[in-house]
Amino acid sequence: MKEPAKQETMALNGDEAVALAAKQCDVDVVAAYPITPQTIIVEKFSEYVANGEVQTEFICTESEHSAMTACLAASLTGARAFTASASAGLALMHEMLFVTSGCRAPVVMAVANRALSAPLNIHGDQSDSMAERDSGWVHIYVESSQEAYDSIIQAFKIAEDLNVSLPVIVGLDGFTLSHSLENVDVLSEDTVKQFIGERQLPTVVTHEGKTVPLKLDPENPMTMGPIAFPNYYFEFKRQQQEGMNNALRRIQEVNSEYAELSGRSYGNGLVDTYNLEDAEIAVVCVGSTCGTLKVVVDELRQEGVKAGLLRLRTFRPLPVEDLRKSLANVAAIAVMDKSMSFGGLGGAVFCEIRHALYDEKQHPPIVNYIYGLGGRDTRPSELRGVFEDLIGIAKTGRVEKQVNYLGLRE
Amino acid sequence: MTTQTTQEWNFTAKDIATQPDLFLSGHRACAGCGPATVLRLIMKATRGPTIVTEATGCMEVVSSIYPYTSWNLPWLHTAFENAAANASGIDAALKAMSKKGKLKEHIDVIALAGDGGTYDIGLQALSGAVERGHDFLFVLYDNEGYMNTGIQRSGGTPLGAATTTTPAGKVIPGKLEKKKPITEIMLAHDMPYVATAIPYYWKDMLVKVRKGLEVEGPAFLHVFAPCPRGWRSEPGKTLEYSKLAVETCVFPVWEAVNGKRQLSTPSKLIALAPQKKRPVTDYLAGQGRFRHLFTPQNQHIIDEMQRLIDERWQKLTQKCEPA
Amino acid sequence: MSGKEKSWKEISIAGVCSKSSVGFLTGDWKTYMPVRDLQKCTKCLTCVMFCPEGAIKWQPEKGDIWFDFSFCKGCGICANECPTKAITMILPKEEEKEK
Repeated sequence: MKEPAKQETMALNGDEAVALAAKQCDVDVVAAYPITPQTIIVEKFSEYVANGEVQTEFICTESEHSAMTACLAASLTGARAFTASASAGLALMHEMLFVTSGCRAPVVMAVANRALSAPLNIHGDQSDSMAERDSGWVHIYVESSQEAYDSIIQAFKIAEDLNVSLPVIVGLDGFTLSHSLENVDVLSEDTVKQFIGERQLPTVVTHEGKTVPLKLDPENPMTMGPIAFPNYYFEFKRQQQEGMNNALRRIQEVNSEYAELSGRSYGNGLVDTYNLEDAEIAVVCVGSTCGTLKVVVDELRQEGVKAGLLRLRTFRPLPVEDLRKSLANVAAIAVMDKSMSFGGLGGAVFCEIRHALYDEKQHPPIVNYIYGLGGRDTRPSELRGVFEDLIGIAKTGRVEKQVNYLGLRE
Repeated sequence: MTTQTTQEWNFTAKDIATQPDLFLSGHRACAGCGPATVLRLIMKATRGPTIVTEATGCMEVVSSIYPYTSWNLPWLHTAFENAAANASGIDAALKAMSKKGKLKEHIDVIALAGDGGTYDIGLQALSGAVERGHDFLFVLYDNEGYMNTGIQRSGGTPLGAATTTTPAGKVIPGKLEKKKPITEIMLAHDMPYVATAIPYYWKDMLVKVRKGLEVEGPAFLHVFAPCPRGWRSEPGKTLEYSKLAVETCVFPVWEAVNGKRQLSTPSKLIALAPQKKRPVTDYLAGQGRFRHLFTPQNQHIIDEMQRLIDERWQKLTQKCEPA
Repeated sequence: MSGKEKSWKEISIAGVCSKSSVGFLTGDWKTYMPVRDLQKCTKCLTCVMFCPEGAIKWQPEKGDIWFDFSFCKGCGICANECPTKAITMILPKEEEKEK
């Protein structure tokens, strides 16, 4: 087993860790607009630019829509592009997220997950990126500032893979991760640059009949972003799905490669399980609350309860096989959702998990806990309550309430 | 393509005609399309490697119907409101790649948009890109309406025009709002180059395109491009209407280098010989979108249009440098 | 359009256009077509400048222009703008009569 590369421990919050990772990845263009709680990312990066520590062209765009546009256009011109946003800013980019994926531009974006208006709320929940789950971006959600740093680096390697060629969102919970100081082990810039390498471009056949790199280049003129009528559009969407399918494999590969480099891996890159192998009851969760859940699981294990946790790290593409395998023998499952889908049967993660397990022979009861909306704090005692509910459900096989609101004043 | 600067660039129709088209035949624009002529000619003024980015609109749709393309240079379309933001991203990418030694030559960036993608939905991105000083030329092909989606009114539609969202109805006779003075807005950005042109005076237009490309920083060119379909005018008269627009001062031609404005020759001739200025009715006649104005109860609108034209012309001549 | 359309596996990603529009002949759109009186034509190339289709081309080796009717949509701009009125728009069967 190779020795991991030399690393330095720095005190960084999630936003700073993201900014540092982007710096080390030698991004060519950053086009961004500030929004709480992502502001530290753009501010930190601006400092790097102002101090000449990077050669990045930094565009302070006049809106997030223009930020994503500029990143997309820069990426299609051959540049490595990065941006960050949250909440309303991400929502404003909505149109362009679909376009970026459709144009197969490997833009990487950090999302400091924050609640959507109305009412206005600047605190952390996952409704912003969950609302973009159909946009054709890879979604990776992190549990710590360390993982935020690691995942931004991995994101470029995933996005730029020629069989993926899709943009990647790295979600970190607003304030909980973005603004909380942590010890982060940081690689050297040279190590990171070597790890992700120069950006490779997929090839396309142009109207001149030439097979050339996908790039706006006067040497090889090509037309990007055409109108495709009903007789053509569908095939391009299928191609994006194929990119997603390939991402499942690629995310795991990059997770392993990064583990060799840094000594850190996150499950298999898609799901990260904790005490799940022999668990009778399990909670599925996305993001930083998994940290709190691990504490609760430890407590319960001490008491002899066979509790386990599945942290869903990659939400898109959905790791169906890994979910089925990991949750195969669990008697009762609770899925946590830090967002809502109004009018639906539970939240986004709940729907996806339940759907993934629907065809399995084992059909454990699966319940939903919607929690932490608008940054509402979720205490270990409340999470313990979830496990206690599961104990009851596992015993009786009966579900009192399928969709629950944890921490809501009813 | 010639890399000569505008000062040295001495071209004839034959020079332009022998240059290969970068905007190719086979596009699906309507017969007699003004913007198509404008775009075809503008692409003749490129001076070297060029990247074009375009907003959603007539010219974008007719020239990029998958799998066909009419563009013989690198071309990008992403969405409606962001031609200037596209240009910003491309400009930044080119600068970054140059800095890192990955790009040796200079590449010009041209952003194209119709009046929809400029006056209205596109204004924010345009204003932002200009304020940030990106190096690109923004060409507005103004056919005075959202023509691609079916002739709806835009901020560039003139007072009195009938469009599908400002129809000439029994109670409201067409658009009641004035044409937004987009070039005044762009001038207020303190930008290096702002100009207006019409396709009839193609030589003037090409020189202005070239000047816009040469400027280091943002340049804005407002080109008047009649739309026979949307204006309900004869397809053969497209160029004639652009000339009439200058002769009636509906659309004067001028240029402003670092804010210093000068009338271009066709409008200068009218400023020097005011008797040459034709009444607006000469321009309105034959355009179906103004037909409803030629009734006694709507005469006041024509009068208001004339008054507005005179007022704007007066202000313009005052602001321009003397001949 | 000829032949079977390609599957999603066979076409390039990102929607990059694979054919030049010069393969799409718009000439059959026209109702009227331009006819030039060679006596009146001074080769000023105004029509070449103004044609929205680029369907009128200057051939320096022949010292003459030619009309590419496979793209001409019959808009009549050339006829309207010709300074010597050398071009007239006619209905094609009239042209056959003239022949």
